[in-house]
Amino acid sequence: MGRASDDPALKLRALEIRDTLRIAICGSVDDGKSTLLGRLLAEAGMIPDDRLQQMIRDSRKHGTQGGAPDYALLLDGLEAEREQGITIDVAWRYFGTDRRAFIVADCPGHAQYTRNMASGASNAELGIVLVDARAGVQTQTRRHVAILAMFGVTRVLFAVNKLDLIDYDVARYAQIEHECRELARTLGIARSDAIPVSALTADNLVVNSPRTPWYTGEPLLKFLETVEIPRRSDAPFALPVQWVNRPDQHFRGYTGSIASGRIAPDAEVVVLPAGTRARVARVIGGANDLDSAQAGDAITLTLAEQVDVSRGDVIADAAHPPEVSAQFACHVLWLGDAPLLPGRRYLLKLATRTLGAQITEIKHRIDPDTQAHLAATRLSANEIGYCNLSLDGDIAYRPYREDRTLGGFILIDRESNATVGCGTLDFGLRRNKNVHWQHLDVDRAARARIKGQQPRCLWFTGLSGAGKSTIANLVERRLHADGFHTITLDGDNIRHGLNRDLGFTDADRVENIRRVAEVAKLMLDAGLIVLVSFISPFRAERRMARALFNEGEFWEVFVDAPLEVCEERDVKGLYAKARAGDIANFTGIGSPYEPPENPEIHLHSDREAAAESARRVIEALFA
Amino acid sequence: MNTQAAAHTHLDRLEAESIRILRETVAECRKPVLLYSIGKDSSVLLHLLLKAFHPARPPLPLLHVNTTWKFREMIAFRDAIAREKGVELIEHINQEGLARGINPITHGASVHTEIMKTQALRQALAQHGFDAAIGGARRDEDPARAKERVFSLRGAGQRWEPRKQRPEPWGLYNARLSNDETLRVFPLSDWTELDVWLYIRRENIPVVPLYFAAERPVIERNGALLVYDDDRMPLNAGETPRMRRVRFRTLGCWPLTAAVESDAADLDALIEEMLRTRQSERAGRIIDHDPSDSMERKKREGYF
Repeated sequence: MGRASDDPALKLRALEIRDTLRIAICGSVDDGKSTLLGRLLAEAGMIPDDRLQQMIRDSRKHGTQGGAPDYALLLDGLEAEREQGITIDVAWRYFGTDRRAFIVADCPGHAQYTRNMASGASNAELGIVLVDARAGVQTQTRRHVAILAMFGVTRVLFAVNKLDLIDYDVARYAQIEHECRELARTLGIARSDAIPVSALTADNLVVNSPRTPWYTGEPLLKFLETVEIPRRSDAPFALPVQWVNRPDQHFRGYTGSIASGRIAPDAEVVVLPAGTRARVARVIGGANDLDSAQAGDAITLTLAEQVDVSRGDVIADAAHPPEVSAQFACHVLWLGDAPLLPGRRYLLKLATRTLGAQITEIKHRIDPDTQAHLAATRLSANEIGYCNLSLDGDIAYRPYREDRTLGGFILIDRESNATVGCGTLDFGLRRNKNVHWQHLDVDRAARARIKGQQPRCLWFTGLSGAGKSTIANLVERRLHADGFHTITLDGDNIRHGLNRDLGFTDADRVENIRRVAEVAKLMLDAGLIVLVSFISPFRAERRMARALFNEGEFWEVFVDAPLEVCEERDVKGLYAKARAGDIANFTGIGSPYEPPENPEIHLHSDREAAAESARRVIEALFA
Repeated sequence: MNTQAAAHTHLDRLEAESIRILRETVAECRKPVLLYSIGKDSSVLLHLLLKAFHPARPPLPLLHVNTTWKFREMIAFRDAIAREKGVELIEHINQEGLARGINPITHGASVHTEIMKTQALRQALAQHGFDAAIGGARRDEDPARAKERVFSLRGAGQRWEPRKQRPEPWGLYNARLSNDETLRVFPLSDWTELDVWLYIRRENIPVVPLYFAAERPVIERNGALLVYDDDRMPLNAGETPRMRRVRFRTLGCWPLTAAVESDAADLDALIEEMLRTRQSERAGRIIDHDPSDSMERKKREGYF
């Protein structure tokens, strides 16, 4: 523990009422970030003896200081990072003094780990950026400050490290400090400071160093203990509803953590996005009724009126409610390994609301090193874009610079359920309600537009047992997960209903295909992506089907597997029956299969797994 | 609008965030459970759980994975608390391990922990179909936990895959699961051992008396002070339990948890002692004294 008061009772009281500072610390691999943090904690007496001993033992084995104590080892956690010598993820550090507890997001510095800075910066009240005194401000310094600024960190401290390696040269330090402050100013950081330090020799960490008499500011720990963080306390009240508490018919409470402002009984509130007004009856914290509660408190509200409120709604000050919109301009930092594609459907989670979303347009990509605007049609992992966002419904929001809770969101992949992006709302794109909708005939294009997709007919053809239905089913599942509207017409199923009057003569086979092709066309007109899974053995019939569609709408997908393979699989036992003479005209045995000459997609289902085939179809569809 | 908002203390902020996490778990998960291990962290978790859902009863059960080697005082405390708070408590014992007679003395700490704790936990979660298990683990306990998420994704067989973990900006937790996936949720992620004790003191939360110094029968083995809780552990030649004034910083299976000599008989003395001594919390856990990566390995295998 830090400098303890000698009176135990006073010390306990101090610890009980100390406050918190949330810090994001960023630096590049060689800036000595881990060494700085490790040394700071050790010097301040916050590392237990058994851990210090283990660090000294480990330093001899795999330290980077030639066997001397390597303070960075105090922080390393995962085997993988220790082996690779890199920090692959945000690590959370906790320490404290009598005055303040620190929650530190230790952010990796590599360009390819930009995404990991997001978690750390999102809640930080202070950013610490390490600068190597030998190199001064570098491209990555610029990137770190830019990302802190994007995530709303308004105060930054530059720790100019390795002062020992420039012989504590005051002129050089002054120059770096000036560059740092200029950088912060141009990137929109409200306030910045700088401290000259050396992690290796512990200069200016806990006490002022005799080697930098020219530095008259506070040592690092003292700065962290006393730096004042402006907290908005005049913002209007807003509570995202997290869970409706309804133990019996006599009690109906709305739980949540207050995003901004204060609330007290009798306050007039509005429930968004619906816009219903109500009055607060009780404000409950834990088991107690409160006179009032403020931003950050986890509370339960009851309302005087019976109104409809559910998870995801926002209860807000009726006089100053947040705005409501479904379309936004926003920044997006992409986290996923697969790129962000405009038009693809994701889930968005903002505060307690989750709903369908798509990026309709990437206006530009932002170079994190230069802030230049670059053209982009997709965003890869770690790239930042300025985008238009469209949601499936209205939400209550505030611009991110005003409110992190009501302006910050994540994007979730519908199939893998991974968190693939995060972003900040800039402003709502409100449709002007006085402009009338342009008159449009409701045609095929209009129906497709409302679904946000390109209608297609995917015609899977191939022998019985080749895997048509299996692959079509996987393709449909993926499309559906991405929010596309689909239908599958399967040979067996259609023969049980629409075509149950048809047999297997050549004439009936032609009629079978004609009807299915017409149905597929109607569904395509309705705006759907239609998957047809039919043996459809004859070229002429498939040509006939193709002729019903516009250029580019009909895709022949040849599911190709040799007859022997299909016969060996014989999932439905049909080949055995055909060989036994129980089924006449069975394709491949009593009747020919004419393979497509120029299919749009050719799948070799004997050589690759169905999932791989399905992936290739999806890829072709979005190529 | 009052602009003179009283500043939140660190404990206020920790409490509010933990309550938010508990509510989020209940709102987003199909069938959550709270893992109750009887220790101080579990006591804090239970206290927060009752606050989060007041006046409703907590809408999820507590699960205690009993290795059958817990101190008798722990079990008595557990049963009394469950009765008093009116919460549903499920006890799970690995019956197959019990039948095989697995124990920490003949099989050693690792085997016992793997079978009676890690495997038992996996069994219990699968058997009840829980999709989220809330635990009291803190990131400051061990360097291997420093990168753990609040909502930690576990794949098939409850395995922890470091590379599949989801970013959690703004505390936006993504609880959506695919087949075979489950979640571990850690509402106390940001708490330190000191925070836990300061909060217990502020809120007057009951904890197992073993945390406080008292005269207890102690044997000394390999430098560790073991409180002799029953006669299942054979004594070595020359070993006789002697009464010594000791307490525990962390509680587990009694043959695997070392006590420390102490005079700290109440919370103030305990916190004061903790600020003075310079041993990490888990130093008293014999199972962690394997090679230094043991915690990460155990986690990958489904340990908490």
